[in-house]
Amino acid sequence: MTFDIAMTGFVALYIFMLAGFAGWVIIGNVPAILHTPLMSGSNFVHGIVVVGGLFALFNASTPLEQGVGFFAVLLGAGNAAGGYAVTDRMLAMFKTSDAKPAHPHGHGHGRVHHLKKV
Amino acid sequence: MFTLIPQIVIGGADLIAAFLFLFGLKRMSSPATAPSGIRVAGVGMVAAVLASFLYLFTVDAAARPHLLVNVGLAVTALLVGGAGAWMVGRKVAMTAMPQMVAIYNGMGGGAAGAIAAVELFGGRTQGATQLVVTLLGGCIGAISLSGSVIAWAKLDGLLKAPFRVTGQQVLNGLVFAATVAVGGVIVASALGVEGLGLTTPTWIWVFFALALVFGVLMTLPIGGADMPVVISIYNAFTGLAVGLEGFVLQNPALMIAGMVVGAAGLLLTVLMAKAMNRSVANVLFTNFGTPAKGKPGAIKGSERPVEASDAAIKMRYATSVIIIPGYGLAAARAQQKLYEFVKLLLAAKVSVKFAIHPVAGRMPGQMDVLLAEAGVPYDMIFQLDDINDDFATTDVALVIGANDVVNPAARTDKSSPIFGMPILNADKAGQVYVIKRGQGKGYSGIVNALFYSPNCNMVYGDAQAVLVQMIEAVRGLGAAAA
Repeated sequence: MTFDIAMTGFVALYIFMLAGFAGWVIIGNVPAILHTPLMSGSNFVHGIVVVGGLFALFNASTPLEQGVGFFAVLLGAGNAAGGYAVTDRMLAMFKTSDAKPAHPHGHGHGRVHHLKKV
Repeated sequence: MFTLIPQIVIGGADLIAAFLFLFGLKRMSSPATAPSGIRVAGVGMVAAVLASFLYLFTVDAAARPHLLVNVGLAVTALLVGGAGAWMVGRKVAMTAMPQMVAIYNGMGGGAAGAIAAVELFGGRTQGATQLVVTLLGGCIGAISLSGSVIAWAKLDGLLKAPFRVTGQQVLNGLVFAATVAVGGVIVASALGVEGLGLTTPTWIWVFFALALVFGVLMTLPIGGADMPVVISIYNAFTGLAVGLEGFVLQNPALMIAGMVVGAAGLLLTVLMAKAMNRSVANVLFTNFGTPAKGKPGAIKGSERPVEASDAAIKMRYATSVIIIPGYGLAAARAQQKLYEFVKLLLAAKVSVKFAIHPVAGRMPGQMDVLLAEAGVPYDMIFQLDDINDDFATTDVALVIGANDVVNPAARTDKSSPIFGMPILNADKAGQVYVIKRGQGKGYSGIVNALFYSPNCNMVYGDAQAVLVQMIEAVRGLGAAAA
């Protein structure tokens, strides 16, 4: 190894702590209406595991390692591709009463603006 | 050596990917920006996957003779796994979303477990810390895989009733203890302890087998109504497993993405548990979803059925209607018909809102997605806290395939298993109609006091069929008026 970004001991724990905190804060701001796409979106994000699978498979040197590594990439790719497909489909469906899918007001959820009252 | 440049490129691509994941998830906090959020995250994923082929320049000496085969395997796996999941994900029905999320989540957990297995079989972990983290991540990933598969089978209707054996918790505890013990044996053998009975690779197989069995045992007893919690937990598990394997592989992108998802899943788990008035510990360590054996005796009176057309006409001439959808709407795939009916009400100048309970359906927010699919604008959809005070001033509450989330016993009856659970105050509306398949109890088996209250009438039937009748009834009025 010539280019080493060693993350051992406390450095790793710092990364975990900061990432966990970031996740908690970011997700905490997501309105309940988006919980399903959010869950499937975060599901997609952990599809990054496919990169780890590729690393493991490239370094495999026995049939057993190759087989299990193949399995890792197969599942990881399924996780990423499937997670993306369903999340994208779901998010495309959300729209406001104006029927413009990309209506620019940020916090339209949870408030009725213009429902007709008798 | 040709390893420096690839490593910098990989490191850079992973850094960009980690940033884009966070940025994309951040954009998902509003329906307006959310579609771009997933695309941003998608760009990060493609960059990271493409860059990871540069790992080929850095492989171990032992793996070099196998390079061509490994690349072939990798490309095949990427194409088969990616294309297969993509095609299924593109065409699956929206009502099937919970089981799809469950199965993709299980795949991620399985991938993390498999990475751990490769590292363990190859003996690549250095030092006790790395070995323990590998085992931990592998164990969590394997549990997430088998647990998610069981959750998928339940949500898909392949496994019908919750499966329980007597002493389930003891059995689960024993299997878990055995998994930990075998993990200890693997660590001991790495530290040079001899005479462990089996060879290390065999112990590794046993370890993963036990973890998989534990995932199955943990999920089998859980009833359908508790699935929002289960899906959230396994989402967190997979994230955690990916983060831990990221540490083992010294890949910060995996560490960050995994831990962000882990935290997100944990947060949703806490939210779902809160919405059911349970602690997360209670959810994790008791047989949740156990049918209540409580006494239904206290409720007087009977359920009063009414014709769908009568209910529809009452709503047509009401000023305000709040609709409470539940899993029954999804099961009947009636969301399109519901919105068709709502549009008729809106055209007749009736104020219509949708009220969504946090645990309605089989995963967090499932009802919101179904309504969105039918074309309901999201500014007509309200969450529990935002709408609960409106019921008292609303003419009609229409409950479709929901049960426990509108049971007033949660407010009043201390002996009820759901006492203390936040509910939608449908009973406070002037008139309540409940569309329900039959007189039977809900999923939890708890008698619903609402159904017996004087201002409530039942419309029996499949939600889709009932809504068709309602649409016809209101259309018939229109024709008569014209």
